[in-house]
Amino acid sequence: MGHLNKKNPLSLQLNADDFLPASQEEKQSLVIMRDSVNFWKDGLRRLRKNKIAMVSLVVIILIAIFAYVLPAVWPYAYDEQIKYSENLAPFEYGKKELERIEAGEDVFPHILGTDRNGRDFAVRLMMGTRISLSVGLLASVLVLIIGATYGAVSAFAGGWVDLIMMRITDILNTIPDILLIILLGTALKDPLAQLAEQPGFDWMQKLGPNMISIFIIFALLYWVGMARIVRSQVLTLKESEYVTAARALGASNGRIIKRHLLTNCIGTLIVTTTLQIPSSIFTESYLSFLGLGVAAPMPSLGSLATDAVSGMNTYPHRLLAPALMISVMILVFNLLGDGLRDAFDPKLKN
Amino acid sequence: MSEKILDIQQERLSFFTPAGEVKALNGVSFAMNQGDVLGIVGESGSGKSVTAYSIMGLTAYPGKLVGGKVWFNGHQIDEMSEKEFRKIRGNEVSIIFQDPMTSLNPVYTIGNQIVEVILLHTQKTKKEAWARAKELLELVGINEPERRLKQYPHELSGGMRQRVMIAIALACEPKLLIADEPTTALDVTIQAQILELMQDLRKKLGMSIIMITHDLGVVASMCEKIAVMYAGHIVEYGTTDEIFYNPQHEYTKGLINSIPKLNAEEKERLVPIEGTPVDLLNPPAGCPFAPRCKSCMKVCLSKMPPRTELSDTHYTYCWLRQKEEFEKGGKAE
Amino acid sequence: MAKYVIKRVLMGIFSMFIVATLTFFIMNLVPGGPFVAEKSISVAAQQALEEKYGLDKPLGVQYLNYMDGLLHGDMGLSLKQRGRTVNQIIADKLPISCQVAGIAVAVALCVGIPLGCLSAYHRGKWADNVIIVFATCGIAIPSFISSVLLLYTFGMNLKLLPTTGLNEPAAYIMPVTALAIYPTAYITRLMRSSLLDVMGQDYMRTARAKGVSSVKILFKHALRNAILPVVTYVGPMLAMLMTGSFVVEKIFTIPGLGRDFVSAINTRDYTMIMGTTILLASLVIIANVIVDILYKVIDPRIKLK
Repeated sequence: MGHLNKKNPLSLQLNADDFLPASQEEKQSLVIMRDSVNFWKDGLRRLRKNKIAMVSLVVIILIAIFAYVLPAVWPYAYDEQIKYSENLAPFEYGKKELERIEAGEDVFPHILGTDRNGRDFAVRLMMGTRISLSVGLLASVLVLIIGATYGAVSAFAGGWVDLIMMRITDILNTIPDILLIILLGTALKDPLAQLAEQPGFDWMQKLGPNMISIFIIFALLYWVGMARIVRSQVLTLKESEYVTAARALGASNGRIIKRHLLTNCIGTLIVTTTLQIPSSIFTESYLSFLGLGVAAPMPSLGSLATDAVSGMNTYPHRLLAPALMISVMILVFNLLGDGLRDAFDPKLKN
Repeated sequence: MSEKILDIQQERLSFFTPAGEVKALNGVSFAMNQGDVLGIVGESGSGKSVTAYSIMGLTAYPGKLVGGKVWFNGHQIDEMSEKEFRKIRGNEVSIIFQDPMTSLNPVYTIGNQIVEVILLHTQKTKKEAWARAKELLELVGINEPERRLKQYPHELSGGMRQRVMIAIALACEPKLLIADEPTTALDVTIQAQILELMQDLRKKLGMSIIMITHDLGVVASMCEKIAVMYAGHIVEYGTTDEIFYNPQHEYTKGLINSIPKLNAEEKERLVPIEGTPVDLLNPPAGCPFAPRCKSCMKVCLSKMPPRTELSDTHYTYCWLRQKEEFEKGGKAE
Repeated sequence: MAKYVIKRVLMGIFSMFIVATLTFFIMNLVPGGPFVAEKSISVAAQQALEEKYGLDKPLGVQYLNYMDGLLHGDMGLSLKQRGRTVNQIIADKLPISCQVAGIAVAVALCVGIPLGCLSAYHRGKWADNVIIVFATCGIAIPSFISSVLLLYTFGMNLKLLPTTGLNEPAAYIMPVTALAIYPTAYITRLMRSSLLDVMGQDYMRTARAKGVSSVKILFKHALRNAILPVVTYVGPMLAMLMTGSFVVEKIFTIPGLGRDFVSAINTRDYTMIMGTTILLASLVIIANVIVDILYKVIDPRIKLK
């Protein structure tokens, strides 16, 4: 185009008006500014756009309803043994129940059959899910609290305190945790069982001493990863210019922690905690499978699976249902965690 | 006139991002002769590096050439296959990157990385290649080349690493060397050394150089011709003297006014260019510099200015220059 | 380098000492001792037994005795498998466990690394998507679930593979698969993200600018950098495989150490539990030391600390 124009610049149909100065408004109208968005809005928008994460979230909500709401309205209780209804296949009725149906009564079907003690399997699965989910959530919160505190204290204290605290995590890190869990689980079984017999500790009896030792172990060992992540986050943030700037402006330590460090760490904390949930579920179901989990008659997904192994040829659904539930739970929490990381942790974002 | 080594015509290149098409180059044209040293200046995001990378075929993933032609040394680059391209990369044309700290592979020795390119493009045996590598290190002024060859990048300083990068780039005696801000990441004293080295090497080896920088001091000392880029356009092109003493585009004037002068009168202020660069996702319809231009006219906002030839070597795209011609000839009509 | 190795080895030994001490005191938290549960034996017999195993001495002395034995490589007598030492049981059973776990490690590395590369190389294309789906599902399936599902499908329903023991090569397929699924999937993900990260580095652009072919760029320039996270994962992977093998051995009735460990937990065979824990923990710690040293060899940037 350049050469043509040079020969005949007037072919462009210009007039003198065109060469009048443009006003400031006209100039500004050309500059299209993109909306500035804040961290949460931007993150939520990205999360909403992530179909996999949203589907996972919906599945998690469904599982939560299944585990926490449904057993309350279910006509059977998880420890209710129905005579003559042992080892039923899905939708099968026991002898007594058939009689009742013939008598014109409405009998709620056993959607997943019953176990060898005549307990409705569907409600046991719900309770098992409730236990596994609760352990996953509680353990993650525990890990979050202990790990975040430890990491933050270590990073803030600095110097030799930091050095010693980090050496401790180094050593804890080299010890294979499941081995210690098994060890502690075995060792704590009796003392905790005795403690549970004391008045005021009957809640322990219901949950089983193993559950308590699982929590003790999570509290003792699993926070190491969280502590390290939080420490490195706080260290980087502590060095960052805006914290120096805040300090220079006379902000108090408390304010710096609240306004600057916490808000900037929170993305990482959410992501790490979410990703801790599936790993806690994993550990709990593994221990229950080994017989180190909840006390009978309380079911957990792992113990339901163990119970089903011996009869899996005849009653495969009793194995498949809890196995599927564990896998789906781990899967959706992992996917949601990945989605949250992509949305809220810009450092890990591509 | 000597042989044309590079000829770019109306090159257009876009990055197809999830947010939309980012038009990084909007019809860039220029040519270079054998032995020329061309400086490309402009601010970040103006398309300097994108132009250079496209000559090397190094356009990064969502980027794509969407129009125009590029000839280099007899090859039509825009139609070359990846395989053909590989033969000229590092051989006939090579590049030095901005950050020497990250541009060398941390897990291989310096020697390994130099020898790799020699073995790739020449028939030399391993032994000859290592000898050549040593020679190259001497050429770029690294002492104790034998020992350096066995060292890893992290054991060398930034200036040293940039010398190694130059050695790699020169290993096969390229016709064209692209230097993408080669001194930006270095200390000022090291900058001067590297520039001096490049001048020396150019005299010795006689290759053409494209010097990409935002530092006008660097182009003034090194280049014969200068292309000023803004928002994916070359807004002004000319010899170094023409650009420095007779700048015609408002953006070039702004750039030159923003250099501190030693002999300036006291209290003279530097004149910054106000505003921010354009958003290449939504480039304005008219002159891209219009929103920041002090002498912006109505026409600038709606129409892209045509090319105004000021001499055989000097041209610009600015409505102000058209206005002058309009007033000269236009009134008579 | 030598200094580094020595330092890492010393730290490893210290960790092992901590594990042994922890193990000992945790086991002694149990009130009453190991023979209380057995109602069949009289008080006198119980005392005799405790004397025989040195359990009547004060805790400190017991600890010193145990550590002294440990230093000489003696882990004591098994409390339940009468007449056999823990050393004997381990010597018998460990090779079997190592075989299964070793093959699983090999499978995880040989499948996971290429899959991860393939996925990163074809980023966004269908091959990548298929691999991501596999890897995402793979890390959601604990080994005890994959083993029972495999057992049910291929062993019992289709009757394609033997369900117990390790008497023929085909018998290895299911336990190894069950053990390897998780680490394979994990390594695939690790390798993919690490390779994608490396491919965005400046030195990859340099390699391309040199005219190196894309295959060589991948194998020479990218892989060596990208493999580092996988190397660090080897230690945790071993630990995981070991604990995974406990249940896998139980499910497939493989006469390995894991099965003995699980039954030791159930029968409270304390010396056996302690011996196995210390041994396995040591294995993991040794693996971690080796990995750290290997890391140093691959990446010359790691400073000698």
